[in-house]
Amino acid sequence: METSWVGRSAPRDGGVDRVTGAQQYVADIHLANVLHVKLVHLNCARARIAGIDTANAARVDGVRCIMTAADLPQPVPRYGPVREDRPVLAVGETKFFGEPVAAVAAETEDAAEAAAALIGVDHEELPAVLSVDAALDPAAPLVQDPALRANDPLAQTNLLGEWRFTWGEPADARADCIVENDYSFPMVTHFAIEPHGFLAAPDPEGVTIWSPIQHPYILQRVVASALGWPVSRVRVIAPDPGGGFGGKGWPKFEPLMAFLALRTGRPVRLVLTLEETFQQVRRTSARAHVRTGFDLAGRLVFQDIHADFLVGAYADIGGRVVSKAGYAACGPYRTPHARITARAVLSHTTPSTAFRGFGTPQASWAVESQLNAAAAKLGIDPVEIRLRNVPARGEAFIPGETPADGEWDSALRHAAREIGWQEPLARRRGRGISLGVKSSATASASFALVRLHYDGSASVLSGTSDMGQGARTVLKQIAAQELGIPLERIAVVMGDTSVVPFDSSTSASRSTVFMGNAIVKACRDIKDTLQRMAAETFAVGEDAVTAANGYVRVGGRELTYDQLLKSHFGPPRGEVIGIGQERNPFVADHPLGGKPAFWELMCAAAEVEVDPDTGMVQITRLALVSDIGKALNPQQVEAQDEGAAVMGLGHTFMEQLLLDDHGRIRNLGALDYRIPTIQDVPSSLHSVLIENADGPGPYGAKGAGEGGTLAIAAAVGAAVNQAAGVEIRDLPLTPERVWRAICEREGAPATTVARRS
Amino acid sequence: MSAIPIALRVNGRGHALDVRPHHTLLEVLRDQIGLTGTKECCSEGECGACTVLLDGRAVTSCLVLAVEAEGADVVTIEGLAAGGRLDRLQQSFIDAGAVQCGFCIPGMIVAAKYLLTTNPHPTVDEIQNGLSGNLCRCGGYSRIIDAVASAARSDR
Repeated sequence: METSWVGRSAPRDGGVDRVTGAQQYVADIHLANVLHVKLVHLNCARARIAGIDTANAARVDGVRCIMTAADLPQPVPRYGPVREDRPVLAVGETKFFGEPVAAVAAETEDAAEAAAALIGVDHEELPAVLSVDAALDPAAPLVQDPALRANDPLAQTNLLGEWRFTWGEPADARADCIVENDYSFPMVTHFAIEPHGFLAAPDPEGVTIWSPIQHPYILQRVVASALGWPVSRVRVIAPDPGGGFGGKGWPKFEPLMAFLALRTGRPVRLVLTLEETFQQVRRTSARAHVRTGFDLAGRLVFQDIHADFLVGAYADIGGRVVSKAGYAACGPYRTPHARITARAVLSHTTPSTAFRGFGTPQASWAVESQLNAAAAKLGIDPVEIRLRNVPARGEAFIPGETPADGEWDSALRHAAREIGWQEPLARRRGRGISLGVKSSATASASFALVRLHYDGSASVLSGTSDMGQGARTVLKQIAAQELGIPLERIAVVMGDTSVVPFDSSTSASRSTVFMGNAIVKACRDIKDTLQRMAAETFAVGEDAVTAANGYVRVGGRELTYDQLLKSHFGPPRGEVIGIGQERNPFVADHPLGGKPAFWELMCAAAEVEVDPDTGMVQITRLALVSDIGKALNPQQVEAQDEGAAVMGLGHTFMEQLLLDDHGRIRNLGALDYRIPTIQDVPSSLHSVLIENADGPGPYGAKGAGEGGTLAIAAAVGAAVNQAAGVEIRDLPLTPERVWRAICEREGAPATTVARRS
Repeated sequence: MSAIPIALRVNGRGHALDVRPHHTLLEVLRDQIGLTGTKECCSEGECGACTVLLDGRAVTSCLVLAVEAEGADVVTIEGLAAGGRLDRLQQSFIDAGAVQCGFCIPGMIVAAKYLLTTNPHPTVDEIQNGLSGNLCRCGGYSRIIDAVASAARSDR
């Protein structure tokens, strides 16, 4: 009988190592003869560097190398995944708080730290651009040197990019009910529990980099480009990240570490503090002005969305975040007329990067809150108004685009039912619901190798990174299913560009679909070869042979894989190598360079209780429904949805990076920047998976894991608004913000504490 | 700065070490003894990733100077699995699906170990209270609560 390895909650691969402390994260790797690196940055965002005095630092015992921009090839190499705009070390001017101006490598961490503190940087602080308004002021200084933006029509502005998407005739559309509001979404940081760390060492072929990078092949390309080398000379070893969430997607200090390793001729090691990590990665903050038109039945007539995203000083992947979020900003709704403008605004702040949801949480907050406002205005239930606008399966809700690929109305009904939507509300309570849809990976490619060894066991070689989502486990389950080999006889090898074949990235919830399909194809390649082998070995036609479930059948004979391999190869032994690739082609004239492979859809429904005296919000019920096609490992999918939801509660209730006038992060570190703790989770959280096997991945799977971040804020926001009788359009919903809104509603000055019964 | 000699028992094994006066117990465990299972994140006692047992009490080892631990008995995550057999908490974390990236898990499990030592059958509230100093960013915490509750039940 056929065993099904997929659809079951196989225990996490690497789980035992993670509970015993044996798992090696990047900071746990010990390299002999290593030098410790400490970076030097200024205590402000933007400054002109007049000179750097390293004399005192150089005298510290154990210091082996002090590097400034002057010690690098000239002009100083610049790097980045899309635009090569970030210098390896600051050249002439720092652009954000935390941009390194020098690096020290020493025999001990203590020596590196002591020397770094002795480096004198003669500098003059310059006015910094820290907000959208400041950046767009015609008198604002340009964050990026126009000379570095040749052929860029926006070079003389602080816009990194501007994307416009229009369909229908938004200018002429007439609506019965128009809702128009401004929304804001805070600057938040990833706060992976593992701070970023990097190792580099010269090797006979070139250089080896160790980084908990989500996309090893992008890192390899970027480092090679900074060095001016072929990619074959750069080896990237990517230990499993201790949490990524997009923050470990794109190169940070790896190019600098490569230069340090090559200059010193020794391995070098840099593990950032959490504070330094905060200074290197964040989500874009955003503000949106939205006009939304409806007919009297609550059907959308138009959406007119203008969203400004504050990206940082360098592009990183910020432009892609903004264009992709902008493209799908209208949400999972049929919108006859749409006008969307999404701008990426440069500033003297930490370069914003990918962060779970990739810009969509920011857009969703605005667009979904608009639906809730319209529902109230039109007297239509918030579930009902969504049901009237959500597309049916197969309907292209963005003209010409990948159509709706699930039964999204049932996600709404499910979520509403889970929290008792129709039940009477208790005092001080409110309920809210929201959908969120994210465009998945567009043009991208995954290659996989599967090696069937002579004893019938197998190795899967994959460029995916397992950052906690459980990719190792799921990819192993897929190989087990395809080959008919038990899990314990399969090894999944990841994280070394000298071993695993090319993969675009571990992002956009794409690995199960893209890498999963590549592995399926590699396994089928193996079975084809086995069939040919068996035909040859037993001198029969190939059509007389079948290979399935761990056996090859030739006529009446049944052989296990290892029996066939032994009889085919004989004593010298050998193996069968299967190759698979899954690609979504690049489409030059598509706004995103290709159609999304699938839509990641999440519905969140929340019930909250608000304490009017304190503005404290307690979530009494929270339901998450995701449309995932097929759960290859249900426990892992649910855990991902829950984790994404709780992360969403962070930006909904408490998280925001605050800057002072010098562009410094005021709440730098775990004491002052709060993320949800075990005491902040809802007492009742239900995750429901809709499985219709309608995705493009193996066995009908779609990607998952980001959805929870998309819909939480608007669902919770609507519930808070209903419970407290307020309308708040700025996140996070801190107790103070909620309390002030209540005071304002009651006409009481928020400076006095009103007594309420 | 001269080194200071200290004696320390870690996971039942004695160590005579020369430590720098400003080095934390966390640094000495990881860098001098080579026990890297204990993790460093915030370095200010807020995240709990570096939790170890110091004379039976859970402490954030980033806030304990190594010299303060002179003569102490320390248990780290590496000391929980006896004779290759996982502690019931370690097994229940795996079974409950509470382990994702895993970086917070050593500290989380050691904190839970302390909780169950002091309160063998905690309520959900007590579990939340006991682990309130341990941050996880991957999961929704509910599986961690389930894992601790399940380990406690298996003790009955």
